[in-house]
Amino acid sequence: MNDQITGAVYVLGGAAALWSLVLLVRDEVAQDRTFALLALTELVLLVQLVVGCVLLAGTDRDVAGVLFVSYLVGIALALPIGAFWSLAERSRSGTGVLVVAALTVIALEVRLVDIWSTTGTAGA
Amino acid sequence: MRDLSSGPGRTLVFVYGVFAVAATGRSAIQLGTEAGNAPVAYSLSLVAAVIYLVATTCLLLGGPRAWRVAVVACGVELVGVIAVGVLSYVDPALFPDKTVWSHFGQGYAFLPLVLPFLGLAWLRTTRPTRPATPPPTPPTPPTAHRAV
Repeated sequence: MNDQITGAVYVLGGAAALWSLVLLVRDEVAQDRTFALLALTELVLLVQLVVGCVLLAGTDRDVAGVLFVSYLVGIALALPIGAFWSLAERSRSGTGVLVVAALTVIALEVRLVDIWSTTGTAGA
Repeated sequence: MRDLSSGPGRTLVFVYGVFAVAATGRSAIQLGTEAGNAPVAYSLSLVAAVIYLVATTCLLLGGPRAWRVAVVACGVELVGVIAVGVLSYVDPALFPDKTVWSHFGQGYAFLPLVLPFLGLAWLRTTRPTRPATPPPTPPTPPTAHRAV
């Protein structure tokens, strides 16, 4: 996997999770700046989706392809769904959704890197 | 009665949704590509996936009936994660590959163990009110099992 992209996902996802968590603790509602950070993270995830597919197509290693692509897609869906679900209720719980969504991205990224570096059937 | 998917329920629905997707995807890939390797573990993945899907759907739907089904789903989930968790330590041979529930959900930061408690707690605060019988509430309603 591309280390720059992976690093960016961790940093941006971590920042988004932390920011949302601070808002959650303070009982404040996420504003445009938070959503801008989420959008930036999402942009990197979309780039990752494309780059990941290209890398998968080009590699000679026996990566679990279906699993890998399903994670690439899944991780790109978490933030948009979370953001809309959160926006439907501008409350503390809505902010909680953002925290969970950002943490989901980080968890999925860990697995994604894991799947990429594991070859053979052990990856499932 | 409060809406099941508003307030804390909103966060809960999202978490349940993530697990529904994760468990469904996992079982689909496991059963689709290597069903013979660990049939017990993979079937349990499928069971877990269905439970999470049912719970998510019920929380989204709301209403007394969905509430009752959700209680059953969370109850099954709780029994499942504990039973599979214990079994995976006692008899690891049963689970050559992981499931959502093996080792009490270790691969998922133990969230599968915490989630049913959160779910049941939320359902308790949102239990449908019956106008005739003002409730000193017992922990689980006796009618829960008839709903399925």
